[in-house]
Amino acid sequence: MGKIRQRLYVILGLVVVSIIALVPRNTKERVIDAKTGGMKDTLVRRVPINLGLDLRGGIYLALEVDQSKGPVPDCADAIQRAERVVRTRMDEFGTKEPVVQIQGRCRLIVELAGEQDPARARGVIQRTAFLEFRITDMKSLFKDALPQIDAALRKAGIKSRSNAAPSAVAQLFGGDTTHTTKAGRDSAAEANSPGVLSSLLFQGQLPGEYLVPEEQWPLVDSLINRPDVRAAVPRGLDLRWGAQSESRGAKAYRALYAVDSRPIITGEYLVKAQARRDPVTNQSIVAFQLNHRGARKFADETARHINDYMAIVLDGRVQGQPPVIRSQIGANGQIELGTKPLQEASDLALVLRAGALPAPLMIVDERTISGTLGADSVHDGVLAGVVGILLVVVIMIGYYKVSGALAVAALTLYCLFTLAGLALFGFTLTLPGLAGFVLSIGIAVDANVLIFERIREELVHGKSLRLAVDDGFLHAMNAIVDSNVSTILTALILYAVGTGPVQGFAITLIIGIIASMISAIFVVKTLFLIWLNRRPDMVTLSI
Amino acid sequence: MIRLFANAQYDFIKWRRWAFSLTGAIMLVGLGFLVTRGVNYSIEFTGGTQVQVEATHKVPIANIRAALDNIGLTHADIKNFGSDTSFMVTARIGAESAEGDAGTQAVADAVARAFDQSVGVGQYRIERREAVGPKVGRELQGKALLAILFSFVVTLIYLAVRFEWRFGLAAVVATAHDVVATVAFISVMHLEVSLVVVGAVLTVVGYSLNDTIIIFDRVRENLRKYRRQNLYEILNLSINETLPRSVLTHGTTIATTLALLVLAGEVIRPFAWVMSFGIFTGTFSSIYIAAPVLLWIEKRWPGEDARGARTFGSRAPATPHPAR
Repeated sequence: MGKIRQRLYVILGLVVVSIIALVPRNTKERVIDAKTGGMKDTLVRRVPINLGLDLRGGIYLALEVDQSKGPVPDCADAIQRAERVVRTRMDEFGTKEPVVQIQGRCRLIVELAGEQDPARARGVIQRTAFLEFRITDMKSLFKDALPQIDAALRKAGIKSRSNAAPSAVAQLFGGDTTHTTKAGRDSAAEANSPGVLSSLLFQGQLPGEYLVPEEQWPLVDSLINRPDVRAAVPRGLDLRWGAQSESRGAKAYRALYAVDSRPIITGEYLVKAQARRDPVTNQSIVAFQLNHRGARKFADETARHINDYMAIVLDGRVQGQPPVIRSQIGANGQIELGTKPLQEASDLALVLRAGALPAPLMIVDERTISGTLGADSVHDGVLAGVVGILLVVVIMIGYYKVSGALAVAALTLYCLFTLAGLALFGFTLTLPGLAGFVLSIGIAVDANVLIFERIREELVHGKSLRLAVDDGFLHAMNAIVDSNVSTILTALILYAVGTGPVQGFAITLIIGIIASMISAIFVVKTLFLIWLNRRPDMVTLSI
Repeated sequence: MIRLFANAQYDFIKWRRWAFSLTGAIMLVGLGFLVTRGVNYSIEFTGGTQVQVEATHKVPIANIRAALDNIGLTHADIKNFGSDTSFMVTARIGAESAEGDAGTQAVADAVARAFDQSVGVGQYRIERREAVGPKVGRELQGKALLAILFSFVVTLIYLAVRFEWRFGLAAVVATAHDVVATVAFISVMHLEVSLVVVGAVLTVVGYSLNDTIIIFDRVRENLRKYRRQNLYEILNLSINETLPRSVLTHGTTIATTLALLVLAGEVIRPFAWVMSFGIFTGTFSSIYIAAPVLLWIEKRWPGEDARGARTFGSRAPATPHPAR
């Protein structure tokens, strides 16, 4: 009895884990806001199984370095630079989870779920990268203009949504706030409400740097792109977002920089950039070299801007934290990253090279699938699955009676385990994968068929019920293991050579086989043990 | 209790020559189709453009054909895809002037213009468009071939480790038969060979192997159990003993593939066809190819079985079956 209890605990544990893995949960998805045209985050409640592009619609692009207009000697470096550039531009799409990855050595894969316009995608991705160095807002002109901007927004009827705003203002501008709130208390109640924009900004570490909580940045982005706000931003200043979100403490922030609208130099003057570690100071540094014309220009500019901060802007996004200019720089300069890991320096060097030597990309494979087609595929696939399961249920119960019903119960668990496996390991379900899942339902009962037939044979040989069941499971084992291992091997090969959808098929097949081994052998054996224990007087087995 | 084929005692091996002739004939017909018509590769393998369009109203296919010709896509194929309002345009590299990578995308854009002309702007929706460059196609061709070859090698090694090389070789011959028979089926049906269909062929390989292993497993067991009988009898006995299982498992698998074939939609249909055929040929080959080949191999290179439990065929046949 204790053995059965142990087995039941194991099954219960697996079921609980599977259910937890499949419980619909809130996931943050970035969508285009219909009203403002900007980006906003929404919470969507869904079962956490990744659907492939063929099931939810979207664009798949494979890109390579275009060699037609002259050979590119190091395609691996070129594709890494391109990856950096494309990644920077991903915010332009409002795609939920954009995938940008290097495949093999010289190919870049971009997947944009939900996106439908391949021409737009091509335009954004193939645009030439643009690198510029810009001095940040050293005189805090933007900060001084904030009250005017807030006033403009208030006039437009936009109210601050944040309740904790006064304290945020306090955190932001320190001493300033007492002054503002006092002034506010004196004037009209309307003015008392904190500034719409200023309440969302936190002062950063250096002049012209502001931090926005990650969840607020789509909102702030839509605010700063309003024409009335743009008009209120001081002339000669532009606002640029940081490329990545950074965490300060437990919260994630996105940096917003106020920078000079005139770049001091652009990527066309850059000759090379390399990351290395200074042997003396052990600092991570990026050494870069400018061409002759660039060196003259840069020397002039840096002489005027000593002790100013210089933002490195690639495709309109500020990359990393702007370094300070310590002295006049000519043809050879270096950016010191202090104790930061060398990886970060390599990344920055990649950014500089991306802007200096834009890699022309060509699209070697483009697939676009509409969302409606994907939804149809899901619908049809699920229908086929349900009908397939029903047929298998009829066959199994019709032929094996009660034992068949036990196998069907195990089959339910099989479906649960397989789907949970997909969700738990983050694999993607594709249309061929869905077909593979349906197919595997038919194959999954094979282990039970083998076992049941074996039990029948043992019974014919005159063994007692108990012994027949035990021996049936034992003797069928060899065949089950051998046949399943061979199927897993072919599926692994398929995974190794296949692309997206076919890999999805291979993965579903492999997970399905493993799940079927658990459900058909372990679960069914447990059910048999319980059954035999409950009915010790049973003389014929319903099999 | 229902028992199908319980205690069956058919002499399967006796019919092996008939079986060889039958499968040989099927393969010859398939080969004939293959030579005369060629393989209908999908654009994944050839490179090219494919656009699937759903129109809001019925449009005669001739109108769209005319619009395609008008725009210069004279070699593009057009056909209905599942329904009257659904169209699929395919233009392979080589057939169309769409050489190079940007070309395949230009063709896709041109197809959209043809639909603007014939169906009307805004009267249709592009459901799917694929533009595959020539290089990607060539790569995939190589990979698919490699996958099938590699799966044979891995299978052979696995079976050699688990059984004995004679069993392994017989199983691989049976599996190779399945691949050839499936290719014959594909060319007779003129199915489009996409990567998913190659996946189906590999799944057939796995399935057929699975089936062969079940029977060979029983052969191995019976060789140890019945020391009097010769291999011919043991093969027949093992096939008969596993017959109920074969019938049941094929029943459930066929049920699910038929569900896919009928319900899962146009994209999966070629896959479902190949799987349905593969299940038949896999079953057939396990009985009529793997077993007779094992018998033949054993006659040429007699030896011990996997565990050295007994010597194959060193004894005269106990019953007067002519073990040819």
